[in-house]
Amino acid sequence: MSTHETFLQAAAGREERPSRDQAVRLNVEQASYAYQVTAQAVPTFTLGATSFQAREREIVAILGPNASGKSTLLRLITGTIAPLSGRVELDGQETSRLDLRTRAQLIAVVHQESPVVYPSLAGDFVLQGRFPYGRALRFANRQDIEIARNALAQVGGEHLAKRNIGELSGGEKQRVILARALAQQPRLILLDEPTLHLDIGAQVELLERLRQLAQEARYTVVVVTHELGLAAEFADQVVLLQHGRCLRVGTPAVVYQKELLEQVFDAPLDVEIGPAGRPRVNLRARRGEDIT
Amino acid sequence: MQPLTLRRLLWTCGGLSALLLACVVLALKLGAVPISVTDLILDLGRIAIGRANELPTEYRLIVFDLRLPRILLGIMVGAALSVSGASFQALLRNPLADPYVLGVSSGAALGSILALIIAPGFALITPLGAFIGAIATIAGVYFLGRREGQLDSTTLLLGGIICASFFSAIIMFLMTTLTGRDLRGMVFWLMGDLSTPVSAGMQWIFTVGLIAGIGAIYSTSADLNLLLTGEREATHLGVDVTRVKLVVYVSASLLTALAVSASGAIGYVGLLIPHAVRLIFGSDYRLLIPASALCGAIAIVLADTLARTIVPPTELPVGAMTAMAGAPVFIYLLRRGLR
Repeated sequence: MSTHETFLQAAAGREERPSRDQAVRLNVEQASYAYQVTAQAVPTFTLGATSFQAREREIVAILGPNASGKSTLLRLITGTIAPLSGRVELDGQETSRLDLRTRAQLIAVVHQESPVVYPSLAGDFVLQGRFPYGRALRFANRQDIEIARNALAQVGGEHLAKRNIGELSGGEKQRVILARALAQQPRLILLDEPTLHLDIGAQVELLERLRQLAQEARYTVVVVTHELGLAAEFADQVVLLQHGRCLRVGTPAVVYQKELLEQVFDAPLDVEIGPAGRPRVNLRARRGEDIT
Repeated sequence: MQPLTLRRLLWTCGGLSALLLACVVLALKLGAVPISVTDLILDLGRIAIGRANELPTEYRLIVFDLRLPRILLGIMVGAALSVSGASFQALLRNPLADPYVLGVSSGAALGSILALIIAPGFALITPLGAFIGAIATIAGVYFLGRREGQLDSTTLLLGGIICASFFSAIIMFLMTTLTGRDLRGMVFWLMGDLSTPVSAGMQWIFTVGLIAGIGAIYSTSADLNLLLTGEREATHLGVDVTRVKLVVYVSASLLTALAVSASGAIGYVGLLIPHAVRLIFGSDYRLLIPASALCGAIAIVLADTLARTIVPPTELPVGAMTAMAGAPVFIYLLRRGLR
C-alpha cells in the first residue's frame, strides 16, 4: 500500500483547472453503438447513449471494468465507427465523416504497445507521425525532422532517437509511441490503456507528462483506463461505464462514490477525499470472508 | 535520426544496378564456351551502336541468342519473386510470408498446368492460367485466414502451407496420370528452371506486367511502412488500409504468376532476398522494394550461372541452386540479425 500512496502523492503535481469559458472541442452527444453480425441479428454488444464534452487542456478519463464499452467509445471518438444515434464532433465536425488524412491530422491514437516485426530506429518511428502531412513517397523534409525531434524532446526521449525500438524498455517504448502521436500535431490525443505494461514509476511519469502537455500545448487528452487511482489523480472529468451503459459523467470528486464504484468494479473499496480535493481509492481486504 | 532521402535511395539503386550489370557480364562470359570479357564489352558496345550484324555468327548465337535471353528472364523472375515476397511480409506482418509459403506459387503452377491441359493451342494460356491460379489461391488462403472478420496471420500462413502441399499433390497426380500427353515441361513447375525459352510475345507480357506490378506496389511503399506497425495504427495515421491491401495482394499475385509461368516455382528467393536487403539497408519499404527487385535479379542471375556451370555439361534446375545456396545464407543472416 505504501508504494501506492507515494505514487499518488508524486502524481498530484501542478494542476490548473481548465477554465469553463473555453470552447468545447470534443462533443459526444447521445452517441450509441451496437455490434451486429447481420442487420437482423441480436446485437452482441451495445453501447447506450453517452454524452460528455471536453475542452482544450482538459484530460478526460473513460473509466470502467473490462467489457464495459470503453473501446467502443474510443472507436466512436476516433471516427473509426459512426454512432448509430447521436453525434461525435471535434471542433464541430463529425469525426466519422472526416477523410482519413484529415482525421489523422486532428486525432492521434496511442494504442497498447504493439509488437514491432522488423527492427527500426525510434527516430524513424516518430517520423511516421508526419505521414498524414506528406505527399506521395513522403520523404521527410527539414521541417518534418525538426517536428519529430521536438516531439521526442517533449517526452524526454532525445537520447532514444538512434536506438532500436525492439531494445527499448516498456516505459521508453511508450514514450516513443507518444512522441509519434505528438508529431502528428493533433488537437485530440486518445490513449488506450497507456499504463497497462508500465511499472508504477513509468505510469506516474507518463501521466504527469500528459498533464504538462495538455497545459502547454493545449491538447485535449482522452485516456481509456480501468485504473481508478490514476483517473482520480489526473482526470478533469471521468466518464464511468459499466456493461455498455454510461453511468456517470463529472469530476472525480462527483463520480467517485463508494457504493457506486464498489458496485461497478465488484470490489470492496474505500474512497476518501485527499488534501488536493481529489478522491483517493484504496482496496479494502474482505476481512473475515473467504476470498476464493 | 537518419530518415531516407531521395539521394540515398538513388545512390543505393544505382550501386545495385551496377552490380547487376557486372553479374550479367559475368553470366554472359561463363558457360560451356568461354568468351573473354574484353570481347564481350566490345560486342555489347557494337550492339549498342546498332552494328550487331558485324559480330561473328557463332558468338552471336551463343551469347546473345542463348545466354542473354535466359539472363534477362532470370532478372525478371528474381525481381518479381523478391518484390512479391517483400509485399506479403509487410501485409501479413509476418517474416515467414513468401509466395512459395503462402501457396501462391503452387496455385499459379497448377493454374498454368490446368490451362495447358484444357486449351493447349492458345499461346498466352500459361500466364493467364497462372494468374487465375495465383489470385484464386490468395483469395482462398485469405478466406481461410479470416476469423471473426479479422485476418489472423498464423491461420493464414497455415492455410497457405496446406494449400501449397495440396496443389503440389494435384500436380504430381496430373503428371503421373496424363503421361500420354506432352507434359514434359511440367517437372520444372515443381523445381523451378530457366532453361525453357520464352516466346517473344511472352517477353512483352512479362516486361509490361513486371513494371506495372512493381510500380503499383511501389506507389504504396510509404503506406506499407506504417502497416508494419499494425493495421489499426496505420489507419489512425491516415492509411487507407483496405485499398492498400487490395492493390498489393493483386499486384503481388500478378508478379508471382508471371514468375511461375516463365520459370516454375523457384523457392527461397521471395523469402530470402527481402530479409537480406532488410538487414543491409534497413526496413524502409521505399528503399526495400527497389533494392529487393535488384538484389533478387542479381541472386537469380548468379544462381542460374552457377546452375549452368557447376557440373558441365549438365545443367541443374535453378530452383535447386537457390534452395542450396539460400538456406545456409538465411541461417547466417538470421544469426547475425539476432545478435
